[in-house]
Amino acid sequence: MSAKTLYEKIWEQHIVVEATDDHPAVLYVDLHLIHEVTSPQAFSMLRERGLPVRRPDLTLATPDHSTPTKAELLYAEIPAGPAREQIYTLLANCEEFGVPIYDLKSPMRGIVHVIGPEVGATQPGKTIVCGDSHTSTHGAFGALAFGIGTTEVGHVFATQTLLQSRSKTMQVNVKGELPPGVTAKDLILAIIGKIGVSGGTGHVIEYRGEAIRALNMDERMTVCNMSIEAGARAGLIAPDETTFNYLQGRALVPQGAEWHAALERWKELRTDEEANFDKSVDIDATQLVPMITYGTNPGMVMPVDGHVPALTGDKAYEQALTYMDLKPEQSLLGQKVDVVFVGSCTNSRISDLRAVATALKGRKVASNTQMLIVPGSQATKHEAEAEGLDTIFIAAGAQWRESGCSMCLGMNGDNVGRGEYSVSTSNRNFEGRQGVGARTLLASPVTAAAAAVEGCVADPRVVFAD
Amino acid sequence: MQVITSFQSRTVVMSNSDIDTDQIIPARFLTTTERTGLGKHLFSEWRYNADGTNNDAFILNTQEAEGCFVLVAGDNFGCGSSREHAPWSLIDFGFRAVISTSMADIFRSNALKNGLLPIVVSEEFHKNLLNNPGVKVTIDLEQCSVSVANGGTENFAINNFSHYCLMNGVDELGFLQQHLPQIEKFERRDA
Ligand code: SF4
Repeated sequence: MSAKTLYEKIWEQHIVVEATDDHPAVLYVDLHLIHEVTSPQAFSMLRERGLPVRRPDLTLATPDHSTPTKAELLYAEIPAGPAREQIYTLLANCEEFGVPIYDLKSPMRGIVHVIGPEVGATQPGKTIVCGDSHTSTHGAFGALAFGIGTTEVGHVFATQTLLQSRSKTMQVNVKGELPPGVTAKDLILAIIGKIGVSGGTGHVIEYRGEAIRALNMDERMTVCNMSIEAGARAGLIAPDETTFNYLQGRALVPQGAEWHAALERWKELRTDEEANFDKSVDIDATQLVPMITYGTNPGMVMPVDGHVPALTGDKAYEQALTYMDLKPEQSLLGQKVDVVFVGSCTNSRISDLRAVATALKGRKVASNTQMLIVPGSQATKHEAEAEGLDTIFIAAGAQWRESGCSMCLGMNGDNVGRGEYSVSTSNRNFEGRQGVGARTLLASPVTAAAAAVEGCVADPRVVFAD
Repeated sequence: MQVITSFQSRTVVMSNSDIDTDQIIPARFLTTTERTGLGKHLFSEWRYNADGTNNDAFILNTQEAEGCFVLVAGDNFGCGSSREHAPWSLIDFGFRAVISTSMADIFRSNALKNGLLPIVVSEEFHKNLLNNPGVKVTIDLEQCSVSVANGGTENFAINNFSHYCLMNGVDELGFLQQHLPQIEKFERRDA
C-alpha cells in the first residue's frame, strides 16, 4: 500500500461514493455543528421539502454569534430585533427537528468551536463540518474539519453527507522551540505572513514538527483555527499523547474498553513517513517574535516592534493603510489603543485566560483603554472563576462577560467604534469586522494584555520583563 | 434554480485583491433568517457614507455600473467566512458572474450552488479586463468560455457535476438523496 498523509487517511475512511469524472465524492460527516446565523435557511429548506434532520444524534447546536455577552441581556431579555429573532429561530428549529442544543441557559453553551472539543464531541479521525469557516479549529485533534455554506448545511441535515472534491495537501513544518514570550498565535500569524492569505487555497494544511508537538491542545486549536486565514479550508495536527490526555474522561468521549479501542484507532492517524505533500513550507520557531497586524487582512502582519512596510504601488495596500490611518514605515509601538479584546474561537480558552491573568496581576488597564475579556464557553468561564482569574481581571479594570463570539464580529452588540483602534486576539482584521470603521490589530493574548496595561501598542517582552 | 446557458453583459471592475466576505456583506446584516433581500447591503461599507447616503464615488453607485451583471475583481476574491450571504447578496444585487484570477474555496463552492458563476481566468486575460472596465463580455456556460468584445476568448474550469447542475437548473441534494442506500450501508460499517 502506498504511503498516505493524515488527510488522505481520514478522507478515504469517509468516502461513501467514490468520485468519478461526472461527480465529486460523497463524503460522510461524523459531526455537524450548527449555530444561529448559518442554519435558519437550511432548516427552511427541510421544511419546504418535508425532510427531517436525518441524524440529529450527530448534530449539535448552540447560539454564539449574535448572542449578547452581557448577563443582564442574555438571561433577562435579549433586546428585540433581528438578532433575538435569529436566536429564537434556532431554539425553535432545534425543538422541531429534535436537534440537541446547548441553549441560552445551558452551562455547556459557548462558541461552537470551543464547546465541541470541551464536551469531547471533537475526536481524532472524525469528519466535522459547520456553517462557519473556523471549523478548521477542530483539526487540532486530527479531525478533518472544515466550514461549509448554508446550502451544504441543508445537505448534511438531509443526508449526513456532502459532495466534496479531494483537496491538495500542504505541510507546514515548524522546527525548533518557540522562544519565551512567543505564543501559538504569533506562530500562526507568522505562518500566514509567510504564505499569504491565499497561500493555502485548495489545500489542507498539516502542521508538523517539534514546535507543534510541544503545544498544548488550546495552542494547537489557535494554530488550526487560523488555517482559513491562509486560505486553507482545514488544518490538521496528528493526534498524540497530548491529544489523548485532553480527551480522556470528557462527556462524549468513549469510556472503558471503547476508549482503549478508540486509542488504538487514533494512534494510526499520522502521516506515513514516505508520504508526499503537494506543497511544503519550513518555519524556524527559534526565529519567531511576538506579531501584530497593521492592515486589513491577516497577511498584513509584522513583529510587534517592526515597521509598517513602505508603499508598493498596490492600490489595495494603500487603501488598507488609509482605512487603518497608519503611515508607511511607521512603528506601531506607542500607537494609542481604545479597545482591547481577549476572546473569540482563536484565543478564549483557559490557557489564554491564564496567560492574560498572569500578565494583568497587580496591574491596571490604562485609563484611555477599555478591556473586554470574553471566555469561549460557560464551562471555561466557570473554570476561570474557580481559579480566581475573574477577580484579577476585574481588579485590573477589565470587563468579564458571559461567553460568545462578542467583539470578534460586529453583530451581537459588542462593537469597536468608528475610527477606534482595537488590539484583538480574534482572527480577522477585515474592514468593519469589529464594527463599522473599526481598526483592528490582531495579536496574541499577552500582546493584548500589554496594550491594555500601556494604553497603546507595546512589546510584551518589555512590559512583562520582570 | 434558474437554468444558465449563455449571457452577455458589460463588466464592473473592482481591482482590489483579497476582497473578503466582510466587505461583500458585513456581519451585522447576517441576522436575517432569509436568503433574499440582501442586495441592498452588498459592499455596504463602501457603498454608503457614514450618514447612510450613497457614496457617489463607489463604482456600484455610478452610471457605468447600471445594467452590468459581471463583476471583475482582484485576486483571491471572497476570502474569509463561509457565509453564503456573500453570493446571495451579489445575486440579489443582480450579479450573475464574478471573474478573477483566484477565488476562496468556500466562496466558490457557495457561488456555484446558487447559480453565480465563479470564473477564474489567466493573469493576462484578467489584466485586459481590469484595463477595460465596462467592456462587453459573453459568457457561454455550455462551452465554459468567456469572450471579450475587444478580442480574446478564454476557457474556464467548472467541475462536471456543477456544470451539469447549472445547465439543467437542478440542485445537488437530489443526487445525494439517490445515494441513501449507500449512506445507510456506510453507517453500518462499525456495527
Ligand atoms: S468567535 Fe469569531 S471567528 Fe469564531 S465562530 Fe465566532 S465569529 Fe466566527
